[in-house]
Amino acid sequence: MAASDTTATTAGRAPNRGLRWLRRNLITIAGLCTLAYLVLPNLVVMVFSFNKPNGRFNYQWQRFSTDGWTDPCGVADLCGSLGLSLQIAVWATLGATVLGTMIAFALARYRFRARSGVNTLIFLPMAMPEVVMAASLATLFLNMGIAFGFWTILIAHIMFCLSFVVTAVKARVMSMDPRLEQAAQDLYASPAQTFLRVTLPIAAPGIAAGALLSFALSFDDFIITNFNAGSTVTFPMFVWGSAQRGTPVQINVIGTAMFLVAVLCVVVGQLAGKRPKRS
Amino acid sequence: MTHTATPQSSSGGDVRLHGISKTYGSFTAVHPLDLTVPAGSFFALLGASGCGKTTTLRMIAGLEDPTTGTVELSGQDVTDLPPYKRQVNTVFQNYALFPHLDIFENVAFGLRRRGIKSVKKQVEEMLDLVQLGPMARRKPQQLSGGQQQRVAVARALINHPQVLLLDEPLGALDLKLRRQMQLELKRIQTEVGITFVHVTHDQEEAMTMADTVAVMNGGRVEQLGAPADLYENPGTTFVANFLGTSNLIEAEVVEARGRQDGDLLLKAGDAKLRLPAERCSAAARTGGKVLAGVRPEKVSLAHADDAGSIADGRNRLPGRIKDASFIGVSTQYVIDAAGLGELAVYEQNIERDGRLVPGAEVVLHWSPGHTFGLDADQSLLAGTVDADAGADLDEEAA
Amino acid sequence: MSTTEAPAPPAEPEAEPLDIRKAPTRKRLVPYWLLLPGILWLLVFFAAPLVYQASTSIQTGSLEDGFKVTWHFATYLDAIAEYWPQFLRSVLYAGTATALCLLLGYPLAYLIAFKAGRWRNLVMILVIAPFFTSFLIRTLAWKTILADGGPVVGVLNSLHVLDVTSWLGLTEGQRVLATPLAVVCGLTYNFLPFMVLPLYTSLERIDPRLHEAAGDLYARPATTFRRVTFPLSMPGVVAGTLLTFIPAAGDYINAELLGSTDQKMIGNVIQSQFLRVLDYPTAAALSFILMAAILTMVTIYIRKSGTEDLV
Repeated sequence: MAASDTTATTAGRAPNRGLRWLRRNLITIAGLCTLAYLVLPNLVVMVFSFNKPNGRFNYQWQRFSTDGWTDPCGVADLCGSLGLSLQIAVWATLGATVLGTMIAFALARYRFRARSGVNTLIFLPMAMPEVVMAASLATLFLNMGIAFGFWTILIAHIMFCLSFVVTAVKARVMSMDPRLEQAAQDLYASPAQTFLRVTLPIAAPGIAAGALLSFALSFDDFIITNFNAGSTVTFPMFVWGSAQRGTPVQINVIGTAMFLVAVLCVVVGQLAGKRPKRS
Repeated sequence: MTHTATPQSSSGGDVRLHGISKTYGSFTAVHPLDLTVPAGSFFALLGASGCGKTTTLRMIAGLEDPTTGTVELSGQDVTDLPPYKRQVNTVFQNYALFPHLDIFENVAFGLRRRGIKSVKKQVEEMLDLVQLGPMARRKPQQLSGGQQQRVAVARALINHPQVLLLDEPLGALDLKLRRQMQLELKRIQTEVGITFVHVTHDQEEAMTMADTVAVMNGGRVEQLGAPADLYENPGTTFVANFLGTSNLIEAEVVEARGRQDGDLLLKAGDAKLRLPAERCSAAARTGGKVLAGVRPEKVSLAHADDAGSIADGRNRLPGRIKDASFIGVSTQYVIDAAGLGELAVYEQNIERDGRLVPGAEVVLHWSPGHTFGLDADQSLLAGTVDADAGADLDEEAA
Repeated sequence: MSTTEAPAPPAEPEAEPLDIRKAPTRKRLVPYWLLLPGILWLLVFFAAPLVYQASTSIQTGSLEDGFKVTWHFATYLDAIAEYWPQFLRSVLYAGTATALCLLLGYPLAYLIAFKAGRWRNLVMILVIAPFFTSFLIRTLAWKTILADGGPVVGVLNSLHVLDVTSWLGLTEGQRVLATPLAVVCGLTYNFLPFMVLPLYTSLERIDPRLHEAAGDLYARPATTFRRVTFPLSMPGVVAGTLLTFIPAAGDYINAELLGSTDQKMIGNVIQSQFLRVLDYPTAAALSFILMAAILTMVTIYIRKSGTEDLV
């Protein structure tokens, strides 16, 4: 039975050591290549933030310069659009997190009529091409005669962030051991105290994940914003417009700064998360 | 160190480990070890968690590369063979049944990988052997723990391995089911005649099932032998405490040789104890120290008033009952023996003496032949619960 | 369809929700109050617009005179007749990008789940971090990377890769930009994390002992992968392909920034019909066709992949 293939192996050991190493590490090498593919554009953005382009477009390396970094707001409307995007992202995150967390608790903790209907309504926005949602909502606003601007953008952002918050929070609440709440009540906690002292802290990572995702999605959204912004310009719309008119170095500066701040936040968060375990 | 268990006749393969060791960075999981498991035997590796028993098993399976040494199966060096080329199968801890395959396909997995086309008959026979015939099309998660365990055994055994490795196979079962499966596994082993190597931390399980038990501690084999032999003649304090309970008494050797009966004469506190010289694993010199040990169930208890009626020639120690717990078949006493610490005594509940209550003055007595002697240079607590707790704290501090 | 709810990890077995029908009336209303604002938001700003869109698609009229519902279904036929190449292109590009994402993403997810060890967190950050830079900026960076006469094109050219791709109709002459290859490359890049994360989630749940058990039962590493690892990662594969394919099929940014007029996808058409031509009925009809096509394909795909009864 297996004896036949046990004999075959001892041959072919010494030669092709390099080939064997390659075969054993093939997955790692392929994975690292994919990683490089993912990170490469960020590096290019970073490098080109130090470029001094000839002409309007920053696609070709000319020479080193820190002009962009010393004057990040040097392009008209750039920092204004950045501020607007941050403002919308904060409000959209807040709105989507509150509404989404409420839905998530209802879905995770109660059995009621129309449960599956609600689940479908939550799922659909995530399964729909953005351009369809964007066009539909814009059609509604047009027909209602609502002027496009800050409020229509905010409404749209809360709408598509909501589902992601619900999914993140629901997963967390459902994986929570219901006996923890029973234990809290056994230890004299009222329902309100149980919620504040036990349920909410345990659900917090899910809520935080949902909020973070909302912020990123809202801040970076272009398609839905493009349909519902009218003449208001958010940061992604500014970038889109600049692709036609000319890309200033400052775009790369802001992209790089965002990247670095985000990585720094994640690293600090990781380190902070590790410390309490040790002590 | 070389350990060899008594050979037996059979159809399985033998396992020989030569100087095998495993280190992870600066941590040594298994110290260089020579071990021979005879073909057809039921061999148990017994020890507390982290003693290196599972690492040893995984090196036999090929799931772990030894740092030094070689593994031989039926005389063939398999050290460099990957697991899928070794005629060894494993029953994993928590079974590792494939959740996406049904019971039939789980059991057929090994056969199919070796290119055997018609597996139906073999699988059905195997499922019948473990009494799971009707469950063939269920998924693993639809089965109870005991049933999953039997699938894991069937999945390994169907390949007719030379050696079957069992990694804490009963750890996830409740006590009653565990007892039942112990007998079941023993029956299957006798029936198929394959060499079983079983890893467990449960000393009762090891003693019930195995022909030969190797007690491991800190990456080394402390002692190896038949269960009864290990129990009656422990060679170290670790074995004495880990297998059952022992009373260990520090004593001074008064007379090392020259007595007609071949016994050593010891002095513990004010009492004189006798110890057969062949039951003393330590080198005993007159004036030196040894640890005199005796199992709690070998000791009898007499009320101090009846001290005169104890037969001559028995070892005696005076003491006072500190605590008594009634556990049905026996009563377990904790005795405060003057100057010698606390000793345990298990008395069968045949005729209970109403005077034996906490506070009563008593005399402990036992046959000198039940005494064993150990080297005094070891921790009295090795292998006890207290010692484990201490070790755990050390690990956390490090 | 719960398999598609990534990137958040799929829900654990349910913790016995309260059966509200047995509770007193005041408590019975709690879930409805919790649901009310959020669901209302979705009904008004997600569901109602779809209905509105449906009615728009069968309207006729002009901007000056206004649009009226005339049950003019011919808009759908006209839209298909005129824009079927863009539909086909969307499906082809999105399908290719999804396949590439799976091919590239699987080794990376496998690396993070089983091989990264203490580097796992770092690799994870590198996968997620690109999200924090605006995807438009990153997509524009591909213009630099794939620029004519740049190092990438140079290498591909000297290896004669471009000869092969232009023979296949993926590139034209000595350039990569403004060709199907550039658009697919951009789509693949943009949606790769959506493939990697669900794949990682489902791979990470696999008990490593199952790999050992397969090896112990005479399966070679390749067989172990085919018979154990891959089948157990199916929920991740399905979720990942859906999360990649759906947005890729509706995308118009990559085609706009990296392609030319010959690479326009259906998203570009909807966008220009709606925002430039202002032909709302056609834009609405195109949206509905796209939605229906995607829903049909997704349903068939989920049925075929048989993930409904997977663990």
